Amino acid sequence: MNNIVTTNIVRFIVLVLVQALILNNINFLGYINPYIYILFIILFPIKNNRVLVIFLSFLLGLCVDLFLDSGGVNAAACVTIAYIRPLVLKFSFGMIYEHQSIKFSSTEFGQRITYFAIMTFIHHLILFSLEIFNTSKILLILNKTLFSGIFTILLCLLITVLFSKKHK
Amino acid sequence: MQQIINFLIRNKSFLLFLLLFCLSLFFTFQSHSYHKSKFINSANFLTGGVYESFNNIGQYFNLKEENKKLLEENNRLKSLLFNEENTLEENFSMDSTLAQYSLTAAQVYKNSYSATNNYLTINKGKRDSIKEDYGVITSKGIVGIIDNTSNKYARVLSILNSNSRVNAQLKNTSHFGTLRWNGISPQIVQLVDIPKQAPIKIGDSIVTGGLSTIFPKDIPIGSVVSFKLDQTENYYNVEVSLFNDMTNIGHVYIIKNIDAQEIKSLNNIDE
Repeated sequence: MNNIVTTNIVRFIVLVLVQALILNNINFLGYINPYIYILFIILFPIKNNRVLVIFLSFLLGLCVDLFLDSGGVNAAACVTIAYIRPLVLKFSFGMIYEHQSIKFSSTEFGQRITYFAIMTFIHHLILFSLEIFNTSKILLILNKTLFSGIFTILLCLLITVLFSKKHK
Repeated sequence: MQQIINFLIRNKSFLLFLLLFCLSLFFTFQSHSYHKSKFINSANFLTGGVYESFNNIGQYFNLKEENKKLLEENNRLKSLLFNEENTLEENFSMDSTLAQYSLTAAQVYKNSYSATNNYLTINKGKRDSIKEDYGVITSKGIVGIIDNTSNKYARVLSILNSNSRVNAQLKNTSHFGTLRWNGISPQIVQLVDIPKQAPIKIGDSIVTGGLSTIFPKDIPIGSVVSFKLDQTENYYNVEVSLFNDMTNIGHVYIIKNIDAQEIKSLNNIDE
């Protein structure tokens, strides 16, 4: 248990710093940035209670907002995906989730992609809608959501594959 | 009563979600209006400190380019100095108390240009007597206006921000308008409310107007790329290409207008 707590604290700090100092300066093609800090919410242990997840997601989003001067858009997006996470888990993993015996490293790759993709796109859609906050620029919002989302999903998958522990 | 408590316990995750979501919305809306985002901004000791230590490593990579910029500026100032020898004697005064504007050099720690509301963080703050509403420029043109300060750091509202409004005019004539940004390209800003009578041409220079107390007159902004009449057919909407490369800013100057207080209090009497 102690091990899980330390892992998550380290993950929290590292992801916020990486996001603020490196990933927001990528600006691929002028506007595409990955937002991989949501990996913290995606990989948060499932057995823990929901209230804690929501509260930590809010803190995470607020930390990123502090660094990016974006008001509260990241916090809003994070809280939302933290709240709907159980639904998305049930949708993408089905019965295994019901038995609470899920481990991300042992799930099927296809299911994991579905889970990551749903979480990422919902997060990005809320993030960019609130950030741009203009209905006449809906195409720009969708554009940013799509391309940044693809970038985020690719990076998240790569990171989970690279840093996954081998269970043999 | 029992039922209310039961209801709260049963829906505690939803209620927490709702509360935190509203809180973040509140922060978001606050950040949309100028001068209001007091809590959530990058000019505090934590984020400023992190950016500072990261910048100490990062700045070495830009040294060459910064040197080149500095040399160009020196070159321009030197040529001004040598060519205006006659007028210099009369106008130039070493007494700094007579000057209307005082400048402070600062370094940019964080710069963004891909969002619709962009801000910069710089390494001068209250203890360097930097306050809100001071203008920020580089050697090539304007950058933005300071909107939040902490002890050691300040946050700059970039001209690439949908809340930014800067008074600007054509260089040849004195027809002025308002400079704003539509959030699309970091090279192009929009100048609106230029009257139809203005003799505007593609390639004309746009400079700051002297109407605001923030920027001195005649600081370069950019050149006209295209222009067309707006819906009322009385004013031009002008697309301006910036002289400044907003995606690459290392060092900036902060302008303090010493007479700003006086001018403002005069204007208040009118109202």
